[in-house]
Formats: sequence, C-alpha cells, structure tokens
Amino acid sequence: MDTLLLSRIQFGANISFHILFPTITIALGWVLLFFKLRYNRTRDMKWMEAYRFWVKVFALSFAMGVVSGITMSFQFGTNWPGFMEIVGNIAGPLLAYEVMTAFFLEAVFLGIMLFGFSKVPGWLHTLATFLVAFGTTMSAFWIIVLNSWMHTPVGFEMRDGVAHATDWMAIIFNPSMPYRFTHMLLASGLTVAFLIAGISAFRWLIVDRSQGVRATLTTGLGLGALLIPVQIFVGDLHGLNTLEYQPQKVAAMEGNWETGPNVPLLLFAIPDEEARMNRFEIGIPNGASLILKHSADGVVPGLNDFVAEDGTVLHPRVAPVFYSFRVMVGTGMAMLLLSWAAVVLMLRKRRGVEGLPTPLLWAMVPMAFSGWVATLAGWYTTEIGRQPWLVQGVLTTKEAVADVPAPMVATTLAAYLAIYVILLGAYVSVLFYLATKASKGERVSLRPASGQASTELVAAE
Amino acid sequence: MTLFGDPAVWLPLAFAALMGLSILIYVVLDGFDLGVGVLSPLASEEEKDRMIASIGPFWDANETWLVLAIGILLVAFPTAHGAILTALYLPVAIMLIGLILRGVAFEFRAKAPVRWKAFWDKAFFWGSLMTSLSQGYMLGLYVMGLQVTWFTLGFAAITAVFLTVAYSFIGATWLIMKTDGALQRKSVAWAKGGIWGVVLGMGAVSVASPFVSARIFDKWFSVPEIFLLAPLPLMSAALVALLWYALRYLPTKDDSWAWFPFVATIVLFVLGFFGMAYSFYPYVVPEQLTIYETASAPESLFIILIGTLFVLPMILGYTALAYIIFRGKATALSYD
Ligand code: HDD
Ligand code: HEM
Ligand code: HEM
Repeated sequence: MDTLLLSRIQFGANISFHILFPTITIALGWVLLFFKLRYNRTRDMKWMEAYRFWVKVFALSFAMGVVSGITMSFQFGTNWPGFMEIVGNIAGPLLAYEVMTAFFLEAVFLGIMLFGFSKVPGWLHTLATFLVAFGTTMSAFWIIVLNSWMHTPVGFEMRDGVAHATDWMAIIFNPSMPYRFTHMLLASGLTVAFLIAGISAFRWLIVDRSQGVRATLTTGLGLGALLIPVQIFVGDLHGLNTLEYQPQKVAAMEGNWETGPNVPLLLFAIPDEEARMNRFEIGIPNGASLILKHSADGVVPGLNDFVAEDGTVLHPRVAPVFYSFRVMVGTGMAMLLLSWAAVVLMLRKRRGVEGLPTPLLWAMVPMAFSGWVATLAGWYTTEIGRQPWLVQGVLTTKEAVADVPAPMVATTLAAYLAIYVILLGAYVSVLFYLATKASKGERVSLRPASGQASTELVAAE
Repeated sequence: MTLFGDPAVWLPLAFAALMGLSILIYVVLDGFDLGVGVLSPLASEEEKDRMIASIGPFWDANETWLVLAIGILLVAFPTAHGAILTALYLPVAIMLIGLILRGVAFEFRAKAPVRWKAFWDKAFFWGSLMTSLSQGYMLGLYVMGLQVTWFTLGFAAITAVFLTVAYSFIGATWLIMKTDGALQRKSVAWAKGGIWGVVLGMGAVSVASPFVSARIFDKWFSVPEIFLLAPLPLMSAALVALLWYALRYLPTKDDSWAWFPFVATIVLFVLGFFGMAYSFYPYVVPEQLTIYETASAPESLFIILIGTLFVLPMILGYTALAYIIFRGKATALSYD
C-alpha cells in the first residue's frame, strides 16, 4: 500500500477513535449539569447518585477524548503538511480559537469538577460543571466550523496557490455549518441518551431497583424520544443543503447513476462501480425525488454527470458512501422505534419503568452504543463523500499528503490500531464493571485527595 | 495595522514569543507530572496513590500547553510545522502513544477492577517514560539541526536520558512540596539522585549547540555578548549549588522550605530555556528556516493575536485558581 492510502487509513482510524469520546462528553456534560441542578433544587439523593455514577463515566470518556485529541492535533503536521501550507491561513485561526476558548476551559475546570466536590462551595462546583459542558460544546463548534468549511469553502481568495481569508464571518458561518453543527450536537445528545438508557436498563435487569437507576433510565429514554424526531428532521435539511453544494455526494448516497425524474428511494442495493449500475435493487418508487425535491417527478442528480470527457471519475466511491448512509438512517429508525415504544409503555397506566417488558429492556443494552454506530456511519458518509477533495474544489487529498516512507506509516498505524482495540475493550468492560459495582451498592472507591482546597478562601473571593 | 511598524516583522516575533512561552510552561508543568510517572515504580502501593492524587487535578491542563504550542507552530509557521513534524515522525508517534497510555491510566487504575490496577500502573509508568524519552530525543535532534547521522542520533539518545532524569527531578521536587512523612523523605532522596542529570543535561545542550553551529558559537563567544550573557550560566550554577545545599537539610521539622527545590528548579528551567531561545533565534527549523520566512499571512496572525490577548490572561487566571484550590499536601484517603 502506498503512503497516501496508509495515511488516509491512519487518519480515519485516529479520528474515528477520537470522535467516540467527544460524542459522549459534549452532551454528558449538560446531562450532568441537569442532574446537579435537579439535586440542588430537590435535595433528592437519587439525583446525587445519578451524578456520582455518570461523572465517573464522564471522567473516563474525557481522558480518552483528550489523549486521542492530542494525537489528532499532531496528525496535520506529521501526515498532511500540505493541508496547513495551503489552507493554514484559514484552518489555523479556527484551531487556535478551539484551543484557547475551549480546551483550557474544560481541562482546568474538569479538575475542580472531579476533585473539588467536597472541597469548594456548592455554587463553584455547579459553575465548574457548567463551564466544562460549555467548553466541550465550544470545542465542537470550532472544529465543526473548520470541517464544514472544508466541505463548503467560502470567504477566501487564492493568492500564489495559498488560501487567504477575506471574510471571517462568511468562513465561520459557512453554508453547511449550521446544519452540521446542529446535527452533530443532536447526535451527541442521542448517543448519551441511549448510553444512559442502556446502562441503566442493564442495572435494572441485574436487579438494581434504586431510585437513582429509575431516574436515569427515564431521563435517558425521555431524552432519546425527544431528540430523535428532531434529528431526523435536521438530517433531512442537512441532506438538502448537501444537494445544493455537493450533488455528487448525494448521488452516491442515493446510489443514483442517471440524472432524471421519478428516482426511487433505495432501501437496499449493491452498487457496482465497474458496470456503473446497481444490483439487487429494492426501492420505494419516487422516494428519492420526493425527499430531495418534494415532488414525485423532481429531477435528482446522477453519478454519470460527474465523469469527465476523458473518463476520469470525479465523484467519490459509491459503495462506502451508499452503505454507511443506510447504516446511519437505519440506526436512527431503530432509535425512533425503541424510544417511542418505551415512552408509550411507561406512560400507559402510568406504570413507569415497571411497564417495560424484559425483552425491551434487553434490547436497550446493545442500543447503548447505537449512537456510536450512527455517528461513525454519518461521518463516513460525509467524509468519504467529499473525496477526492480534502477541501472541496480547492485542495485534493493527494496534494496534502506527506512523503513519509510507507513502512513508517504502516508501523505507526499498526501500533495505534492495537492500542485502540485494547482501550476500547477496556473502556466498554469498565462501563459494565462500574454499573455492576454500583448496582451492588458498593461505596465509591476510596482515593487520596489532591490537596487541601480550602472553602473559605474561594468563598471569600 | 501599521501601529507598531511593519506587521510582517513584529507579528512573527510575537508568535515566536508566544510559542516559546507555551513550550516553557509545558516543560515545567507536564515535566513535573511526567516525572512523577517516571518515579512511580519506586514507590509503594499507598504512596503511588498519593503521588498520582497530587497531580490528578492538573495533568490534563498541563498537557493542553503542548497542544497550544503545537497549535501555534501550526498556525503561525505552517511550513516549519510540516518540516519539523515529518522529520520527527517516529519519535512523535512514540510520544503520542506514551501520552495515550499514561492519560487513560489515570482513570483506569482508579475505576477498573482491582486485579487490573497493577497493569494500569505499569501503563502509567511506561507511558510517562516513553513520553519523556521521546521528548528528550526530539530536543537533541532539534539541537542538531534535525540532521540524521550516527553522531546526531547518539547525541539525541543522550538528551533523551537527561531530559527524563530532569523531569524526574522536577517531579521529585514537586513531591517534596506536596507530600509529607516517609514519601517526602523518599522524594528528597530521589531528588538527590536526579540532580546530576539536570546538570549534565543542561551542560550537554549548552556545549553541543555552539559546536554544531558556528552561528550560535559567534552569538555566545564574542565580545560584548559573552559578558552580557555570563549571568545565565552563572545564575544556573548558583541555583544548582543552592539546590544541592537545600536537599541536604530537607525535609525540615516544621516543613519550612519544602517549596524551595520546586521553585528553584522552575527558575533553572527558565534560565536554560532562555539560553536555547537566544541561540536559535531567528530560526524555527535550525539553520534552515527563520520565523520570518515561514510565518502565515499577517491578517491571519492578527486575528489570532487579538483573541490571544483576551484569552491568555483568563487561562492563566483560572489555571492559577486551580493551583490555589488544590494547594497543600496530598492527603491519604477521602471520599470523593
Ligand atoms: C446519533 C447519530 C445520528 C443519527 C441518528 C443520524 N445522523 Fe445523520 N449524521 C450524523 C449523526 C447521526 C453525524 C455523525 O453527526 C453526521 C456526520 C457529519 C455531520 O454533520 O453529521 C451525519 C451526517 C449526515 C448527512 C451527511 C451530510 C453531508 O453530506 O455532509 C446526512 C444527509 C444525514 N446525516 C442525514 C440523516 C438522516 C436523514 C437521519 C435520519 C434518521 C440521520 N442523519 C440520523
Ligand atoms: C469526527 C468525526 C470524523 C470522522 C469519523 C471522520 C472520518 C474520516 C474518514 C473515514 C476519512 C477518510 C476518508 C477517505 O479517505 O476516504 C477522513 C478524512 C479526513 N478528514 Fe474526517 N472525519 C471526521 C471529522 C473531521 C474533522 C472535524 C476534520 C477537520 C477538522 C476532518 C478532516 C479530515 C481530513 C484532513 C481528512 C484527510 C484525510 C483523507 O481525506 O483521507 N475530519 N475523515
Ligand atoms: C481533526 C480534528 C480534531 C482535532 C485536531 C482535535 C483535537 C483535540 C484535542 C487536542 C483535544 C484535547 C483537548 C484537551 O487537552 O483538553 C480534543 C478534545 C476534544 N475534541 Fe477533538 N479534535 C478533532 C476532532 C473533533 C471533532 C470532530 C469533535 C466533535 C465534534 C471534537 C470535539 C472534541 C471535544 C468535545 C473535546 C473535549 C472533550 C473530550 O476530550 O472528550 N474533536 N480534540
């Protein structure tokens, strides 16, 4: 394999690993704030229990997010020097703002949030929790600004082959940013909702009937049921936006080869790039035309429009985009079904958690990770759908790659993959271990304190 | 934009200073927590818990200075960023893997089943060691102008060891300040064992850089520079002597002066850093690319600078707040 392909796999592996954890921390920060505020208000211990348990998951996820994020920030230099050389004037300030307005905020207040609970006044602890949640959201904002600019670049001009910013407002609020940012935040909310519901269902099933588990199970399911319709709606808008700016990507997502009206919505197919057609199609007639153009005879762009005169293919590879899009949407549908069924059953005769049948509770356990699946599938759709461009119409992936010897990239790739597999296994098993331990009512493990943290001093400030 | 003269001149300089500042803060702050990691196998189980507790609230923010430093290199000097990081491809990868291991070990050792604790303790140690060694190696290679020959690789191997010892030294001085009892006495012994590494390390870099580059030689060994610069090595020597002396009398009965070795070591690191900064200015890639040749477009630098002027004081402020909140000794067991 050549350096380019290896570097792409390495980047894909690293960012896929990274995104798993921010997806959790972005929304979990806000959920923790919710638990904390409920507790402040009601003084009901169940909210405190919920906070205590999930703050541990947060700490673990955050650590995973931070270390994989540091890897990310070195990648640009080690593998994609061309990226910074050509669009550095735009990417640079956005990344710098992320570090300055988000990373430090989270990192410092995380210390207070995790270690200061009984040491600083309650209001300061609540404030620290808020600032951490705010910080993670800011991180997401800046990085999504950069990423969506790479899909829909505006507000710049090329001088001597280098991009120069001309309008920062246009760059930040680029055409796909609002959709992508909203869709990502909702994705994070859903991931956390199903994670909380799944782990709480697991605790319920291993006979933990505490008020804390009841509270988190209903919070998770309620949040999921609330967000999923919004996500589907926003996803649709996101697709329409992509249709306008990256029609070749939508054509690949739909698996549509010929531009024309009355295009079906394919539920299943095997795209064959050699023959430039689909095999084993199963579709809903006029479906794609209806979704994308809101009329049965709406004209939908096809892949054959993106082949140059000389036969060079100017659209992304079809199969990965086509399949990953279906995985995402399918997972979304499963989320809709599960969360709504659960909410209806809980509301019926007001039976609450007792109203949930055991098979449904068991189904929720693997769904704890459905958010991860949908998020990764979504990103694969987006990013592979942008190929061969790195910055749409400005810079190709090939132009950005470093000329590091391929064996070197292969070695480090193998090392990263090995570590990721181990860490992912450890992470998931620790989640279930913590859940089991908490269900047996064991005390939070004793640990030494970090320093004296005086309440008076901070209160006096 | 012409307020202070030509922005193409002062902006790169301002960013070089900012980058230097964050590297310096990084080396001091992550230096001590990496050092604690390197020292961890020498401690008993209970002591390990306390050592790690002493850095628990800080390590994440400490590492963020590395992200900032690399971020500034990337945004302000993009060509240099590519050149340096592709040249250091392997050591960077080793450092990243080290950082991953130790970063997650903090959490896993406290949360995973007890029978796994020893495994995560090992991950914490090896991660810290890999990170320190690779940073020292990169430092050595950088001083050698990023050239790869048997000689430069040998030199880099030596700086790798010295920087690791220097980190353990500052880690030990941190522990002298943050612990008490037997662990504090142990830390004094570790510091005594490590001080030679600091001396030899700073000595090696100071002797090697002028001999590798005639330009650096001239910068130091010509009149009047040599007299103006003399305070740097002299102050360093004085500090080392004071440290040596202090370590003989620590820990004191009433725990006075426990802060001294840590503070003195910070000053020592600062002095060493200024010496290096003076040698290498105006180059970012030694002897190849200057900060002026590689700087980004002024309008991009300007927009970052404005943000920095607002945000940096805030960052420093709440970092200080965290150190104030968690001041005092790391204590035995607690319930949160
Ligand atoms: C829990 C996660 C999740 C769920 C349930 C969905 N998505 Fe999604 N989707 C994402 C998580 C996500 C994502 C990971 O956040 C992506 C990748 C990039 C982005 O902005 O969002 C994404 C991308 C993405 C794109 C590609 C945008 C582009 O071209 O750049 C489209 C068209 C949709 N989504 C549409 C949908 C629809 C119609 C859904 C209905 C079920 C849906 N998504 C559910
Ligand atoms: C977080 C979720 C993300 C995931 C899962 C993801 C996934 C991927 C994948 C799979 C590729 C390889 C595409 C291919 O080569 O076929 C890729 C490429 C890339 N993405 Fe993303 N991406 C994400 C977000 C981002 C963000 C936020 C940025 C920029 C700030 C970014 C920048 C890049 C770059 C620079 C490449 C270059 C390598 C390449 O094109 O192969 N990605 N990404
Ligand atoms: C190429 C792209 C990316 C780079 C270079 C990058 C870099 C980083 C770094 C260095 C950190 C550690 C910060 C610290 O020290 O505290 C981090 C954490 C984080 N990143 Fe990324 N990141 C990227 C992609 C993403 C994406 C796509 C998202 C989300 C949409 C994201 C969201 C976050 C969040 C919320 C955190 C802090 C919380 C946590 O660590 O879990 N990042 N990132």
